[in-house]
Amino acid sequence: MPAYAGIFVCLPRIDHAMSTLLDARKLHRAFGPHPAVRGVSLSLKRGEVVGLLGPNGAGKTTTLRMLTGCLAADSGSVSIDGHSISDDPARAKAMLGYLPEVPPLHGELTVTEFLRFAARLHGVEKKHIAAAVERAARACGLSEARDQVIGSMSKGYRQRVGLAQAIIHSPPLIVLDEPTDGLDPNQMRQIRSLIRELARDHAILMSSHILSEIQAVCDRVAIMAHGQLVYESALDALKPSNGQDGQRQLIVGLKRPPGLEILQALDGVSSAEALDEQTFRLLLDEACDPRETLVHKAVSAGWGLIELHLQQPGLEQIFAELTT
Amino acid sequence: MNRMLVIAAHEWRRIFSSPLAWACLGMVQLILGIVFWLLLAEFATLGHTSEQLGVAEFVGGGLFGFSSIVFLIVVPLLAMRSFAEERQHGSLELLLASPASRAQIVLGKFCGLLAFLWLMLGLTALMPLSLQLGTNLDLGLLSAAVLGLALMLAAFAAAGLFVSVLCPQPVVAALAGFALLLVLWLLQVAGAAPGPLAGLAEYASLLSHFDALRRGVFDLADVAYYLLFCAAFLGFSIQRLAWEQHT
Repeated sequence: MPAYAGIFVCLPRIDHAMSTLLDARKLHRAFGPHPAVRGVSLSLKRGEVVGLLGPNGAGKTTTLRMLTGCLAADSGSVSIDGHSISDDPARAKAMLGYLPEVPPLHGELTVTEFLRFAARLHGVEKKHIAAAVERAARACGLSEARDQVIGSMSKGYRQRVGLAQAIIHSPPLIVLDEPTDGLDPNQMRQIRSLIRELARDHAILMSSHILSEIQAVCDRVAIMAHGQLVYESALDALKPSNGQDGQRQLIVGLKRPPGLEILQALDGVSSAEALDEQTFRLLLDEACDPRETLVHKAVSAGWGLIELHLQQPGLEQIFAELTT
Repeated sequence: MNRMLVIAAHEWRRIFSSPLAWACLGMVQLILGIVFWLLLAEFATLGHTSEQLGVAEFVGGGLFGFSSIVFLIVVPLLAMRSFAEERQHGSLELLLASPASRAQIVLGKFCGLLAFLWLMLGLTALMPLSLQLGTNLDLGLLSAAVLGLALMLAAFAAAGLFVSVLCPQPVVAALAGFALLLVLWLLQVAGAAPGPLAGLAEYASLLSHFDALRRGVFDLADVAYYLLFCAAFLGFSIQRLAWEQHT
């Protein structure tokens, strides 16, 4: 435990390794007549990394702003470690580090000056401030840039300062709103590896519209579309298992299809279903590829093959299905 | 309380890191220095003829009267940074998502801004005080005038901060803040005209309460007016900031 964690000693030190840290229930929020978020419930356990995925305008930022107390929900509740953000905001927000879409920086200050302020604002004790600033700057790769004026830094570095600000008080929960948005590929990679490091001892909720990013760093993914949570799953379930392709499927279009049972009986096909009169989805056994057999059969039996493609049931497909 | 001081100290530091503050400080000193010199020259020409008028009242009172107009322009420019500019840069979320309460945020920013304004006032007050070297100043009168200006600066800051909370853009905030202060100022003119509301307008005006103090008349009612004025506008700001969460 780092020395400056002393600020948390007032909290019960029971080991709740997998207890719920963030609990949001049925959040609603409208801007004028337009509902931005409709009934979103989300929970996070200690140490978990959850990705909030969705196209632009799906309500991700509004949701995160409600979770962090920057915006009040029209209805619904948010509690962080059991403290309601509307009734006991000071306690709830003390558990939280937040990096909004635009990093909240004061450009006229140097990195050290700014981080010292962020530490004091979040209640880090005076004697631990220097250590906290040092640690956050090192974690975010800012050790060399500590005396630079923030206003003169590049976007990637400003994003790092924003991140350093969010972790300076070592909060159990870190909320990041599109942390890699607008960065070049190298900077993106650096920020991602930084997030992965942080995930070792913080719970992280991050939003993004980049699928690969979520896949790279998160344990669990939640997909939002049109202000609603439309999908939630552990990423393990979606990741290919033991180096294989996992449950793959074949989409087949046939002009003159035979019965389903004939398709099902093909080698390597575990089950088949009709999507419409001419299109079928065949779920495949592991490590089997019946495409060649299928083409032969289709030609010899005159099924009229018009479409054939192999699909990996990954996040991308789920995302596309749910958000369009 | 602690967080409020942290925010106040941060505001103070930020003011001195920005060119705007230094520009304000330099310009104000230059303008008031010229005014001081002119007043002094004028006093020297008529000093012997009027026995009633002391140097403290003529030069000190005149300088503070003029500086209140200069501050009327400067304060909205400084106040616009507090909320409107931060909101535009997206940095207000740092405070909103922090454990600091809305009241701590508003009061912290108010104290930081006021400390800077009082520093400007202190530097201004040094000019008439320098006359103590060669003359016998009416220090009671001068301190009443300084107190009056200090209170009026607090009122300016509170009103400017409120407009800053209201406005989404810094330029709009500065303009609207200036307009609000000017209207409150001009109420005295309305108070001088005959009419049923003249008394009320006279009482509500920022200027009329300062005038008495500037002449060395210390009245608790005037002090109470400024304190209530500050409390009201700070209260509005806190309410507005809390309400903003819901819009």
